[in-house]
Amino acid sequence: MKMDIEKVARLARLELTEGEKETFGDQLEQILTYMEQLNRVDTAGVEPTSHAIPIDNVFREDEVKPSFQRKEVLDISPDQEDDHFKVPRIIE
Amino acid sequence: MDLHSLTIHQLHDLLVKKEVTSREVTEALYRRIGEVDGRIKAYLLLTQEEAFRQADEVDRKIIRGEKIGDLSGIPIGLKDILCTKGIRTTCGSKILDNYVPFYDGTVVRKLKEKEAVFLGKLNMDEFAMGSSTENSGFFTTRNPWGLDRIPGGSSGGSAAAVAADECIAALGTDTGGSIRQPASCCGVVGLKPTYGRVSRYGLVAFASSLDQIGPITKDVEDCAILLRGISGYDPRDSTSIDMEVPDYRRFLAGNVKGVRIGIPDEYFIAGMDPDVEGLVKEAIDLFRGMGAEVQTISLAHTPYAVAVYYVICTAEASSNLARYDGVKYGFRSNRYHDLLEMYARTRAEGFGKEVKRRIILGTYVLSAGYYDAYYRKASQVRTLMRSDFEEAFKKVDVIATPTAPTPAFRIGEKVEDPLQMYLSDILTIPVNLAGLPAISVPCGFNRQGLPIGLQIMGKHFDEGKILRVAHAFEQNTDFHLKKPNIT
Repeated sequence: MKMDIEKVARLARLELTEGEKETFGDQLEQILTYMEQLNRVDTAGVEPTSHAIPIDNVFREDEVKPSFQRKEVLDISPDQEDDHFKVPRIIE
Repeated sequence: MDLHSLTIHQLHDLLVKKEVTSREVTEALYRRIGEVDGRIKAYLLLTQEEAFRQADEVDRKIIRGEKIGDLSGIPIGLKDILCTKGIRTTCGSKILDNYVPFYDGTVVRKLKEKEAVFLGKLNMDEFAMGSSTENSGFFTTRNPWGLDRIPGGSSGGSAAAVAADECIAALGTDTGGSIRQPASCCGVVGLKPTYGRVSRYGLVAFASSLDQIGPITKDVEDCAILLRGISGYDPRDSTSIDMEVPDYRRFLAGNVKGVRIGIPDEYFIAGMDPDVEGLVKEAIDLFRGMGAEVQTISLAHTPYAVAVYYVICTAEASSNLARYDGVKYGFRSNRYHDLLEMYARTRAEGFGKEVKRRIILGTYVLSAGYYDAYYRKASQVRTLMRSDFEEAFKKVDVIATPTAPTPAFRIGEKVEDPLQMYLSDILTIPVNLAGLPAISVPCGFNRQGLPIGLQIMGKHFDEGKILRVAHAFEQNTDFHLKKPNIT
């Protein structure tokens, strides 16, 4: 299985160096080859497991409750202005 | 008497009898850390001020003649994946180097309410991805039994600190073996609870359907005490289960008479260290001699565990770690022109190699066109692995296996070969995929004097039974009493 590592890195919002692309490419190919052994298992009609313990959806009343203070949340962000997280311009 | 070498239950008795104070114990631990941590490198951060404040509070309570709990005044170390209000929480990553949470994780809050003393934050593989602490963004922790060896991972700092008497007990987390494998490597006790037994609120997420917090301790009784201290339903974690938390010490009967112990053939794999196999078989013979009914069972899909696990855990990780974008908290790169570049560079500079590797792999297996081949397929094989356990537990009460195929390997030995590193988790992963509880207890030492662990797995929410079996084993052996000679 050949992975288009540049495309995947773009999807993951992750910049890779040329060196990383090369080493990861080789290593991931080896790992994916290892994973292909799963194809030997007959899974026809088998339900996939997403949680090992059966869980029910949890409902609660939609009521206002105390939450974190805006200031303490903003204080630990890399950049902020007024009551907002600050990021580079998004709309030209 | 070396206060630092005592257990939770021993110290509790001394505190109650007023033979020591919590301050004296806490001082002894920081003295011990000062003596050995330069070599072990278990701690990322020490929190003396907070620790002594809590210790003094407990001491005042004792002086006033008030009753104290099992964990009151007991110095404990926390894996740095657990959010601590006002105290830096890095998760072993540069991307969280400056992260100071404004809230406590539920287990931290519970232990605070029980007046435990927190000594500091313990080293780990970055985002709990690793089996050796070599993936820590800061440094590698060393094994107290051999300083050129890994302590196991990802909770390697926690296990090494317990083994080196740098804390009385510690908390770790286990996604694919990250409590049990380091406990095995360091000769201490480590328990991964049933999925949902312990709240994950305030635990930095790696793979949410697998992650679970648990105790790492010097003996099984301590493990029972600490497990009770952190267990229970939490409305803040919708996967935590609303079920009564028993006093796990009630299960420590001291015998295994009539307990049915299953031995899965598939866990004695080719390439297993002969000392590991030998010692675990001796342990099984001991159980037989103690009146347990030992029988061979089959967990047929075990050979696929590593493949299933590294599809599922990387998929979940790629999604969970999308939150590290340099906007809300943590590190932000300063080399960017626009938003996308800010994300990509922040993540490039903030994450280490293994984390990047897993994000790429996880993104790939979830990407359009590959989802069915990898994620869906792995989730189906996961179902078959669960069924294997369900069948087995119709015949037996617990399952005994080695915890890891080898003793602690040398630092650097597997860094360049991620697949080999992944394969070291093969015996611990199935339990996470099935959501079961399992414990690792010391069962001897190999020819080089390195500790070996015995793993005991149980049914969902049957922690009491595995603790009983582990405790009975401990009562008939003295491996847990051996201390490393740190040179």
